[in-house]
Amino acid sequence: MTKTAEKVDTVTIRFAGDSGDGMQLTGTRFTSATAAIGNDLATLPDFPAEIRAPAGSLPGVSGFQLHFADHDILTPGDDPDVLVAMNPAALKANLGDLAPGATVILNADAFTSQNLKKARYAADPREDGSLEQVRVVEVPITTLTVGALEDVPDLNKKQKQRAKNMFALGLMSWMYSRPTAPTLEWLREKFASQPTVAEANIAAFEAGWNYGETTEVFDHRYEVAPAQLPSGRYRQITGNLALSYGLVAAADRAGLRLFLGGYPITPASDVLHELARHKSFGVQTFQAEDEIAGIGTALGASFAGQLGATVTSGPGIALKAETIGLAIAVELPLLVLNVQRGGPSTGLPTKTEQADLFQAVFGRNGEAPLPVIAAATPGDCFHTAIEGARLALRYRTPVIVLSDGYLANGAEPWRVPDVDDLPDLRDDAAFTTEPNGPDGEFLPFLRDEATLGRPWAVPGTPGLEHRIGGLEKAEGTGNISYDPDNHHRMTELRQAKVDRIADDIPPLEVDEGEGPGPRLLVLGWGSTYGPVAAAVRAARREGHAVAHAHLRHLNPFPANLGEVLARYDRVLVPEMNLGQLRTLLRARYLVDVQGYNRVRGLPFTTRELVEAIAAQLTDVDADR
Amino acid sequence: MSQTTELPTLTKKDLTSDQEVRWCPGCGDYAILSTVQSVVPELGGPREDLVFVSGIGCSSRFPYYMDTYGVHSIHGRAPAIASGISASRPDLKVFVMTGDGDALSIGGNHLIHALRRNVNLTIVMFNNQIYGLTKGQYSPTSELGKITKSTPAGSVDHPFNPVSVALGAEASFVARSIDNERAHLSEVLRRAAEHEGTAFVEVYQNCNIFNDGAFDAVRGNKEQQIRLEHGEPIRFGADGERGVALAGTGELTLVDVAAVGEDALLVHDAHREDPGLAFMLSRLAHTPTGPTPIGIFREVSRPVYGQALQAQIDDAIARRGPGDLAELITGRDSWEV
Repeated sequence: MTKTAEKVDTVTIRFAGDSGDGMQLTGTRFTSATAAIGNDLATLPDFPAEIRAPAGSLPGVSGFQLHFADHDILTPGDDPDVLVAMNPAALKANLGDLAPGATVILNADAFTSQNLKKARYAADPREDGSLEQVRVVEVPITTLTVGALEDVPDLNKKQKQRAKNMFALGLMSWMYSRPTAPTLEWLREKFASQPTVAEANIAAFEAGWNYGETTEVFDHRYEVAPAQLPSGRYRQITGNLALSYGLVAAADRAGLRLFLGGYPITPASDVLHELARHKSFGVQTFQAEDEIAGIGTALGASFAGQLGATVTSGPGIALKAETIGLAIAVELPLLVLNVQRGGPSTGLPTKTEQADLFQAVFGRNGEAPLPVIAAATPGDCFHTAIEGARLALRYRTPVIVLSDGYLANGAEPWRVPDVDDLPDLRDDAAFTTEPNGPDGEFLPFLRDEATLGRPWAVPGTPGLEHRIGGLEKAEGTGNISYDPDNHHRMTELRQAKVDRIADDIPPLEVDEGEGPGPRLLVLGWGSTYGPVAAAVRAARREGHAVAHAHLRHLNPFPANLGEVLARYDRVLVPEMNLGQLRTLLRARYLVDVQGYNRVRGLPFTTRELVEAIAAQLTDVDADR
Repeated sequence: MSQTTELPTLTKKDLTSDQEVRWCPGCGDYAILSTVQSVVPELGGPREDLVFVSGIGCSSRFPYYMDTYGVHSIHGRAPAIASGISASRPDLKVFVMTGDGDALSIGGNHLIHALRRNVNLTIVMFNNQIYGLTKGQYSPTSELGKITKSTPAGSVDHPFNPVSVALGAEASFVARSIDNERAHLSEVLRRAAEHEGTAFVEVYQNCNIFNDGAFDAVRGNKEQQIRLEHGEPIRFGADGERGVALAGTGELTLVDVAAVGEDALLVHDAHREDPGLAFMLSRLAHTPTGPTPIGIFREVSRPVYGQALQAQIDDAIARRGPGDLAELITGRDSWEV
């Protein structure tokens, strides 16, 4: 007998367990199966910085949230409809995020007195009424997993228990009618060299599925129809993967080789790992002795004619600041990718934040302007990396590209672009091969009139031998100059070069929605795009008139930004910092921009932003 | 040593830039510049393939005076920047010109990692045992007790022996010479520049303003110079009457040749895989006040970083063909909407 399926339009589930329980893997697999069905989706992996905190403890809880729907969605969801908690600590750490009526699937086997103590539960939460608001389904996941693997040879009990995450995945796959074939195929491939382990995981997965199908605990399952997304070829992508592909694509479109100098740092290391795999594209990766050498080698490679790039997170940017200053002084193309995390100092390595905007815009000695851009979604990291390369190459400047921990690890379906539609960067990347001076000499600091960029003459080019360095240079010749007026002029020229980019980027577009003209503009940047857009939609559904705009270019700003800000009675800037963009806007445009600011290491929820929008609208009305 | 069969196409004049040299009159840097400008044309490569990279300090002004490609970079970071140039362009001949403060203090980390990686670089470290550009503070090679502006009561900082540091990092080529001993310096620099991998050359360089005469005990003094020659017994002194021998304790000792006999002398082997003996030679004089070895301590062949990196790329392309961007970004699991 097959149970009936109820159609639902959107579901948010969260897998939570010990960091050794394989929750990230479980979530990622569920996501892949969900993507294959054609649902729209967004994910939020949330894990501790410790690789293995003590088993069963609260700091060791690792979670993976997935929101999927039959329509276009923008966030990983506010409250989970279903929480899978593999132990008491996972329940305790996540219970507060659940709305009344949510379903909690507990691994009953893990609720031992020892585990309850590790989770700092004074009493068993199943018995003291603390779960009254939610629907609890207790499943002896560990026992059922070991039972299902009875006939699997050569594995001890502990090894068998390790497959319990696949039981949970099987059960959830049944519950939400996910296809099983891709997961089974993936397991066979992943454990091709360990057939017994593959067999165990498959058996556990199938046991989970069958448990849903046959027991009376679950009376029906759910279906979520495919989403109606714009036509095209789609894949699932995370921000770090998209950033990596963006760099490969930029080098390809520029006819250059990519050189990545980097140093391991959370949450940016995956870009280094990914690029190290693409040697057939001529990509060179250099794991340096420190962050400084990471950018140093990249700048050296740029001087030598490669697309030089370095990838890091906030603390790494602090170390790279001096070399970024040198890149500004010698005016060479260079990509500096900052996958932001919670700060200051080591801060929250695995959590998201966007508090490095000031550091990106200002964080160097002297007048040291450079372009700063930020990605909005995981997939947008691809296009933002290419835009960063375009600016770096055309204007012969370092560019800071901002991503963050949420984009880095979050996944979404991504429409794969046609390679021929990507910008052609070959003209911007062209090397100078002939002398440019009036007397047949080479003037390394004679600027292009349109871009103010200087010639890029790479070693190996006869007749263009020249020296560059961090000392101030005379305009044109590039010789060392301590001349007061020359320094003032060169400082202005470096600023003018960056300012000029404002004319080479699209004007800021505002989505005003339908109906009467809104008086409130909500302006976002970076990874807040999803939650802000979702909150604006929700506010409009409640009948509010709200305009929405999102900045990709943070330095310089789009040319029309001042005019846009002046159009509205109120401007609200939600940021995962204490108001950095807001401060820049107020200073630059003298507009009384309002902020909504939280640094909880997590993306905004739609709900809190809807409330922030409503509060602003109340104020606007009061001002009338 | 390989001798190029082509006639040098460059002259010293070709490598001399139009920039006025601004070191103090009497500085040892002049002699090093002149020697480098004479030796480099003999290497035989075209001028456009030469890159000089420096950090910050008196010695680091060097690239401005060479009419080649050059980068005057950041204090201590020259080995990192040069590594990026060399690793990404194995066709170039890359020099790092640095000083004792630049290479061993602020840039010590980059130096040892360049040496262990064996990037194709010729690192020439001007050791004057003082900070000159900042006007006379003690450096990481200044002797204990050194009185300077920042150590009025004498330095309590134990110094590095640069050759020991380089050998400790397993550099494949390690040598020492002296600024105004032109023939010796020329030969050492030539061999260093021809070496495949990272070559480290310490040059004793006089700072006549802040540390005048620091190397006078060794400079031009046969009694005090232990000239290392590969394959030769190690002897020194006005008539080679003294020598270096391996004592029964496993340590090196200075001996009278007449007393122990020539067969008892240690024969210098710069090509030994193990850097241990070369390290012991570097310890004969922790500071250049007594008998001090100069010449090539170590010259061995190791895989070169840039070449190995390129080989991996060539291998990947040979096995898989050149990368296809559309295939890469589409991935294996995609679907049509």
